[in-house]
Amino acid sequence: MRNLLQLLWKYHFFLLFLIFEGCCVYLMVINNRYQSTVMINSANSFTAGVNGLVSGVTEYLGLRSENKLLAAENAQLRSLLPGAFYNDQQVMMTVHDSLLKQQYTYVSAKVIGNTTGKRNNYLTLNAGSLKGIKAEMGVISANGIAGIVKDVSENFCTVISVLHKDFHTSAKLKKSSYFGNLEWEGGDPQMAKLTHMPKHVILHKGDTLVTTSHSSIFPEDIVIGTVQKFEVRSGDNFYTVDVKLSTSFSSLSYVYVVNDLFREELKTLQKDLE
Amino acid sequence: MIEKLARQFFRFFLLLAVQVLVLDNIRLSGYINPYLYVLFILLLPVETPGLLLMTIAFAMGLAVDMFNNTLGIHAAACVLIAFVRPYLLKLMAPRDGYEGERPLSLQVMGFGWFITYCLLMVFMHHAVLFYLEVFRLNEFFSTLFRMLLSMILTVGLILLTEFFFFKTKSE
Repeated sequence: MRNLLQLLWKYHFFLLFLIFEGCCVYLMVINNRYQSTVMINSANSFTAGVNGLVSGVTEYLGLRSENKLLAAENAQLRSLLPGAFYNDQQVMMTVHDSLLKQQYTYVSAKVIGNTTGKRNNYLTLNAGSLKGIKAEMGVISANGIAGIVKDVSENFCTVISVLHKDFHTSAKLKKSSYFGNLEWEGGDPQMAKLTHMPKHVILHKGDTLVTTSHSSIFPEDIVIGTVQKFEVRSGDNFYTVDVKLSTSFSSLSYVYVVNDLFREELKTLQKDLE
Repeated sequence: MIEKLARQFFRFFLLLAVQVLVLDNIRLSGYINPYLYVLFILLLPVETPGLLLMTIAFAMGLAVDMFNNTLGIHAAACVLIAFVRPYLLKLMAPRDGYEGERPLSLQVMGFGWFITYCLLMVFMHHAVLFYLEVFRLNEFFSTLFRMLLSMILTVGLILLTEFFFFKTKSE
C-alpha cells in the first residue's frame, strides 16, 4: 500500500496531466457532435470490419439457396412489369386537390454571434425554444441557405454555419435538377465545393444551384450559390465545382429558421430504414 | 505575497478579457487569429506547484473555450503546455539556476532565452489547438500553414506586450 502511494506520488504530475486531459476530451466529446461522431464511427468501423470478415466467409455457404431465391423473386417481379399486362381499358385518373396543406413555417431571428474565420464556424441567434426552435432545423437568409440549428436554449440557439466541417447538403442545378454534394473546405468564406456532380451534365459558369427535396432540413429550391469554376479531375467521374455562396456570411444580420411541420413524420418513417 | 497573488489575478482577467473581447474578433486575411492569453501561463512564477499550475491552465483554457463555443479544445492545449512547462524550464535553466523570486520576463531572462521559450510553448499550444479543432489528418498541410501563421502573430504580440506593458513590473 505504501509502495503504491509512493509510486503514485512519484508520478503525480503525469497522472494529473492525464486526468485533466481526460476531462478535456470528455468535454469535447459531449459538446462537439463532430468529434463524438468520429469517435463513435472509428469504434464502429472496427466492429463493422470484424462483422464483414465473418459474413464474407459464411455467405459462400448459402450461395446455392440464395441464387434459387433470387431467381424466383426475379420471375415474380418480371410478371409485375407493365409489359406483362395487356391494357384493356383507358382510365384517366385525376386528383382534385382543393386544399394546400402548409408544410413550412418560418421564424425570423437576429444573428447575435457570427464567425467566418475558423475552420468550424457557428452562428448564434436570438431565438430559442420559446419561439419553437428545435435542434436540426434549417436556417436561411434572404439570399440563401445559412446553416443548421445545433443547440437550443430558452432564448437563443447556436447554428452550425455552412462554413463548418460537418455541414453537408445536397445541391441541384436549378435548370436540370442534377444534384451533387456541397461542403466547405475552409479558407474563403464565400467559396464552397460541390462534388459528385456527374460529368455528363453540361455546366456553365454562373449556373444557379438550389436545395433539393432530399433533405428534411431545407425547403426545396432555396438558392445556395452559383457555379464559379468547374473541372473534372483526371481519373474522376464527377465534376469538382467551385461554388460562390449567395449568402454573404461576413455581413449576416437577419435570418429565418425553417420549421418543417412534416419532419417528425418523415423522421419516424425513415428511422425504420436504418 | 498578497500583492503577487493580486497581480496574477489581475493578469489572468486582463489577458482573458483582451483575448475574448478583442483578439477573437481579429482575423487577419480571413483566418489568422492570435492567441495572446497563453502569455499568462508562460509568465507564471517558476516555483508555482504542479497541481496549481495545471489547475490554473485548465481554468484559463476553459474560460476561453466557453466564449468560443469550443468546449475542451483550448483547455486541452493549455493543460499540455502546463504539463511540459516544468520540464522545459529545467532543460532551459541558466547555468546558475533561476534566481529565486524574479519573474520570467523578457528583461530578466534576455531576448534569446525568452524567444526560444515562447516559440516552443506557443508551438505546442497551437499544434494541439489547431489539430484538435480540425480533428482529421487529410487537411494536414493547410492546417499546418494556418497554425504557423497564427503562431508568428501570437509570438509577435507576446513580444510587443512584454516590451510595452510588463516593463515596469520587472523591477
